[in-house]
Amino acid sequence: MSDITRDDVAHLARLARLAVTDDELDTFSRQIDAIVDTVSAVGDIPDDIPPTAQVVPRTNVLRPDTTEPSLPRETALAGAPAAEEGRFRVPRILGEEL
Amino acid sequence: MTAVSTPGVESAPYTVEEVCEQFDPVMGLEVHVELNTETKMFCGCANAFGAEPNTHVCPVCLGLPGSLPRLNGTAVESAIKIGLALNCQVRERSGFARKNYFYPDMPKNFQISQYEDPIVFDGYLDVPLDDGTTWRVEIERAHMEEDTGKSLHVGGATGRIHGADYSLLDYNRSGVPLIEIVTKPIIGAGVRAPEVARAYVTALRDVLRGLGVSDVRMDQGSMRCDANVSLMPKGATEFGTRTETKNVNSLRSVERAVRYEMGRHAGVLLSGGTIRQETRHFDEQSGTTSPGRPKETFADYRFFPEPDLPPLEPSRDWVETLRAALPERPWERRARIQTDWGLSDEELRDLVNADALDLVADTVDAGAPPEAARSWWVSYLSQQANAAGVALTGLAITPAQLARVIALVEEGTLTNKLARQVVDGVLAGEGEPDDVVTGRGLAVVSDESALAAAVDEALAAQPAVAEKIRAGKTKAAGAIVGAVMKATRGQADAARVQELVLERCQ
Repeated sequence: MSDITRDDVAHLARLARLAVTDDELDTFSRQIDAIVDTVSAVGDIPDDIPPTAQVVPRTNVLRPDTTEPSLPRETALAGAPAAEEGRFRVPRILGEEL
Repeated sequence: MTAVSTPGVESAPYTVEEVCEQFDPVMGLEVHVELNTETKMFCGCANAFGAEPNTHVCPVCLGLPGSLPRLNGTAVESAIKIGLALNCQVRERSGFARKNYFYPDMPKNFQISQYEDPIVFDGYLDVPLDDGTTWRVEIERAHMEEDTGKSLHVGGATGRIHGADYSLLDYNRSGVPLIEIVTKPIIGAGVRAPEVARAYVTALRDVLRGLGVSDVRMDQGSMRCDANVSLMPKGATEFGTRTETKNVNSLRSVERAVRYEMGRHAGVLLSGGTIRQETRHFDEQSGTTSPGRPKETFADYRFFPEPDLPPLEPSRDWVETLRAALPERPWERRARIQTDWGLSDEELRDLVNADALDLVADTVDAGAPPEAARSWWVSYLSQQANAAGVALTGLAITPAQLARVIALVEEGTLTNKLARQVVDGVLAGEGEPDDVVTGRGLAVVSDESALAAAVDEALAAQPAVAEKIRAGKTKAAGAIVGAVMKATRGQADAARVQELVLERCQ
């Protein structure tokens, strides 16, 4: 077991801005613990094996710096729950400062 | 000297001199620079300042599901150029990472940045200080990332986030290419720390402007500085707890923010308190800082490799080609220009302060003598710019146009007075200098036969005066010269007219 605590889950939930109930803290700490255990198998890989974040053997895939059409503003805002003055409207951000 | 620390109230800052009697300051400066590429970092939306909200957005920079980033080649080139100009090494293989945090200005909920393998690293910048010495600032790294959108907080008393009812988001800036340049800890600057901070950001701005990779407008946010400051007891080697003052928006503010934080830290430490590691806001009005949002700790960002962008492996050829094309360093160029043009330190400083150096240099490159070019930009054109309330660079006359006006003066087609009228015409949008000369009929009348005819006409019109001159009263010639100047609308050379009058009356 890798000892994922209820506090760890609460912390992760806060980072992800998710509301988690008291019962869920127990459920998720057990589940995440199992996931971390499974993934920890990568720790058995010898150090001389290079990390693989990319499986496609390509490098320097670059785009020319030329303008392409953007979305019409109405289209961009169409999926927003709320919009105002051409901008996306979001609930107020509590206890945080830019 | 007593330090009063009341909870919630800033203790009066100590002066830098008082601070440095007991502490050594350590600084780390992080400068974000928006590149002036045509398009954003990972999509083809225009990178433009001041457009209507959400008109330069697409699925990629809005973070819509299924969209994939495509890296801007010019942005990579700019990043390498910046690294080379800062004497950095270019990493043979670098890649991108996701920095995870939830905030409405970043719709993907992660920022694509570089983490363990920034494209350039380990450099330095030799920064000129006011007293003529230089201070070497070591560069830790410079990496590529993307800018965030802009929030507008609605409601609440101050328009700030506290007390706001809701926020409005404009994603035009989301995905604009950013380079973050991070210094190594700057140690040992002592009382000069605030000055070194300002001088570094100034030098960096000049270098970046010289490279032409960014507008470097601090007032518009295309260059932003975060200043990390900590104090350690004099002679100590272990750094104190630092604070990070965000988004300091002018060169002067960089100096003030560092000075204020040094004084504040000393106040807290000397009264037995401890410094909390936090981000702080600089207030331009009061010159003070206040606590910002509680930030995620570093581990909370859960960096991991960006799977959607293949790694970068800049070829040696590419890097060396870029290195060979690097421009002269701005202060080296200034020193060369000072010698070439024979300027005093004061004259050079005036040019730099007036933002006129490039304009004068371009005017000289267009063929004008340095002295004339300098004089036009720092006197007449500066006056016009002040009167119009625009920057010198914002005047509607190009260095090439001014060089043409100066050439017209040199060849005798214009007097200085007429030249000013030609410049006025160019500024008023009447076309090229030659068009204004023709349009306003401003050329000096240097056609001898035309002048002679005008003189004869004036003598004939005033026979009594002509008689006096013939009788040897040469002072009377002034009346005839005046008449000729009037007839030619001031466009004759008065001295030459005088000679002609006397010749005709011999």
